[in-house]
Amino acid sequence: MPPADVRLLGDPFDPAAELAAFTARHPQAGGVVSFLGQVREGDGVEALELRQYGPLTLPGMQRLAEATLARWALEGLMILHRHGRMHPADPIVLVAASARHRRDAFAAADFAMDHLKSDSWFWKREKADGQWRWIEPREQDYADRARW
Amino acid sequence: MAARLVFLGRLEDAAGMPEMAIEPGALEQVLARLDPALAVELLGERVRLALNGALLPETGGVILADGDELAFLPPVSGG
Repeated sequence: MPPADVRLLGDPFDPAAELAAFTARHPQAGGVVSFLGQVREGDGVEALELRQYGPLTLPGMQRLAEATLARWALEGLMILHRHGRMHPADPIVLVAASARHRRDAFAAADFAMDHLKSDSWFWKREKADGQWRWIEPREQDYADRARW
Repeated sequence: MAARLVFLGRLEDAAGMPEMAIEPGALEQVLARLDPALAVELLGERVRLALNGALLPETGGVILADGDELAFLPPVSGG
């Protein structure tokens, strides 16, 4: 299996630069599929904070990457995830999968995102109208994971 | 020496702090010395526990020794 690039980032990152570097590392791939999640603007949200737990969060992301690589024929896989405080339009998560053929890349990125949303050790709170509020998991996230 | 409780997500607000040093011992005794409202939150059905970074399959029979770290993990909401 190719190695995965898995990082838990405490500072802002540049998704375009990361994706360009990832693509350049995998010239043998015929397709690259990526997903970028960003802080949604609206509903009065001023800030978002993702908290992580050192002993679990990054190791869990690494296991997810291994499971994704084991399931599809990929040339490369990148999973970047922020923690800490972010503002509307800031990037939160970037997943990219490269493969010889596009179907594997689409499925792998989709699989990795569904599991990041429902299974990864992150806790999220939002600040709106000056008040911080913890966000509970959505039923839709569990339903998305159950597709696999 | 002491053991440590770590509170993640909304449990940090319930506890009023991200972590707490406690006297080592059986978890039931440790919880009995906390604010009862907090203890109820920590024992919530959907709260998972991790002892020194390893998830516990169940909450019964946990005994904390000096230097142990027990984390209380409410349902995640990431991505």
